[in-house]
Amino acid sequence: MKIPDLAELALRNLRESLLRNSLTTIGISVGVASLVAMLSLGIGLQQLASRRLVKSGLFDTVVVSSRRDLRGMGREQQREGPSPGESRVLDEPARLEIEHLPNVIEAYPDIRFITELRYDDKPHLTMISALPSSAKSNDAFEGMQGNFFSSDTAPEVILQKTFAEELLGKTPARGVDETNVADLAKPLLGKELVMRYAQRAASPTQPPLAAAEPAADSRLAEASYSVVSREQKLKIVGVADLDPESMRGPTRAKVFLPLTLAERLHVMQPTDLREISRAASDQPVYSSISVRVKNPTQVQAVEDTIKKMGFTTFSLLDASQSLRTFFRVLDLFLLIFGSLALAVASIGIVNTLVMAILERRREIGIMKAIGASDGDVKKLFFAEAGAMGILGGVVGVALGWAIGRIINLGTNVYLRRESLTPDNFWSVPWWLVALAIGFSFLVSLVSGLYPAARAAKLDPVQALRYE
Amino acid sequence: MTTAPPVSAANGTIAIRSENLCRYYRMGETLIRAVDGVSLEVRAGEFVALLGSSGSGKSSVLNLIAGLDRPTSGSVIVQDRDLAKLSREDLAKYRLHVVGMVFQSFNLIASMTVEENVELPLRFAEVDRGQRSDLAREALERVGLRARMNHRPGELSGGEQQRAALARALINRPQLLLADEPTGNLDSHTGTEIMSMVREFNQDLGMTIVMVTHERALAERYAQRMIFLADGKLIDDRPNIPNVDGGRL
Repeated sequence: MKIPDLAELALRNLRESLLRNSLTTIGISVGVASLVAMLSLGIGLQQLASRRLVKSGLFDTVVVSSRRDLRGMGREQQREGPSPGESRVLDEPARLEIEHLPNVIEAYPDIRFITELRYDDKPHLTMISALPSSAKSNDAFEGMQGNFFSSDTAPEVILQKTFAEELLGKTPARGVDETNVADLAKPLLGKELVMRYAQRAASPTQPPLAAAEPAADSRLAEASYSVVSREQKLKIVGVADLDPESMRGPTRAKVFLPLTLAERLHVMQPTDLREISRAASDQPVYSSISVRVKNPTQVQAVEDTIKKMGFTTFSLLDASQSLRTFFRVLDLFLLIFGSLALAVASIGIVNTLVMAILERRREIGIMKAIGASDGDVKKLFFAEAGAMGILGGVVGVALGWAIGRIINLGTNVYLRRESLTPDNFWSVPWWLVALAIGFSFLVSLVSGLYPAARAAKLDPVQALRYE
Repeated sequence: MTTAPPVSAANGTIAIRSENLCRYYRMGETLIRAVDGVSLEVRAGEFVALLGSSGSGKSSVLNLIAGLDRPTSGSVIVQDRDLAKLSREDLAKYRLHVVGMVFQSFNLIASMTVEENVELPLRFAEVDRGQRSDLAREALERVGLRARMNHRPGELSGGEQQRAALARALINRPQLLLADEPTGNLDSHTGTEIMSMVREFNQDLGMTIVMVTHERALAERYAQRMIFLADGKLIDDRPNIPNVDGGRL
């Protein structure tokens, strides 16, 4: 029989015992709905998490450092120049080279140092870090009071909430994290801070910022530099609620400067002690640079390329990988639980079709008597099972979509009541729709295997005798 | 295959031959010999009646000829096909294209209209939709049921249902019409009506007819030959001159 004929006869047969077939189809729908609802929540949560992570700027960042740093204290320097490709100086040309790699948005030096800030003539020792202008879109600045730096060179500063508390002489109560940023920011915004720092100056014979010819390693080794104490006035423009670098480990900064400004200050950094050679020329040499990649999925490729260039890299990709594994396991569990209902529904299909065989025994006998082959009968039952599967799948996807939607809405109402930000943690991508309907179709066909085989095997003489 | 030319009534070749045909059933401990060594020949274009009381094995012989059942031993050869040796698939094709069947209880599918019932074999034969409809109308025209083709079998009288069944048996233009007590559920008037049609198929279309009946009078009136069965065995095989009123023979 041709497929249109099969479909027509199958639908006709389904209509004949409408109630029973509808109930079976509803059973499938419920199974598919639970599958879709479960998976849409799983996928939604995963998307929510990765949205957050991408926004945090942690998972699209590769931290690059020179391999020499790891060997430490310049002991290896005495060796004949390091073999190319194995170890390189992380200087400005290297930074530019990295920045021009495909899929790299920017590569900026990591500048962080501990120094003294004076506010109201009181000294405060703290960790300072530089931020590129791209950090503006960082999640951490969502609840910030005031503004981001007006330019990359502006003598401005953004404070982290805890440091703002320190400046105002407030002791943060342990466990209570509810200090209002706005209250903290009001007296501080627009005020001035004085930063005292140690400047790393090149030998007086060389003019500062004379980015001259790249010096040979041997020459660098003999060079020296001096440290000059300086002061810089900074205007407080913002107070951040969160720590933009909260996940960067032990060197948490509480005060942030614009990147270019920080570079120009030539602040003496703790790592400078390791490589005395660095200050030989005023060619900037970095202890580490942060590389931002367009998409977290490209991090691995970029990391590999940079490693081949002879640098050490670090990214939080491993952390995100375990997160991905977690979601994969979560999805699997949700899939299994969702599938349980579908498995029950598939037993319903078997039951319905076996009943249909008993009921339509005579009809099957007639069809065989007038020339239907075993295959025709089998295909007809398959078509009926498949039709119930597709129908149940479509209704089930709609139902699951609605259920997910309602759960999402309900949870958001709850979140709002608890004065938390509502978010979308539910998602039904097209592939899930196709997958659910396809899966439902497949399951129903598998359920139809036994009844179809049984119907096809029916002896026509016996079947015709049956009243 | 659907367009196989009707076999001429006069050509006299052997259409059906069975040799020592047996069909046994096992019911619990006992072996039932429904057909027990039947050997017969039916020439193409013949109208044969299979007679016998109930349980004589006449329907079983018909089912074996129809390819609905397989012999326990012996052979049944229809138009050079040894049915015992055909695969299930080929047997289905044989039923579809070579044989047309009518039954005592009409065996129409209740959920389908008359037209759909009649064209159902064409669906199995994978005939195109448009052509199917034409053929079905043509067949219904022949049995005078064109006007009722959109009715369901339940809405028709017994005679009309059997006419629909005849149209269905005819639709694939088979060479062989097998009828199992075709008038058994009909009053004598409609029975005559149906039998005239069967005779028409035999004479006009040259179809070979094998009809099972327990009514000797019916057989004497229409059949050219009467075969008597008892306890699964052939007990008599005699020619008959049909005595239809104004019969053309």
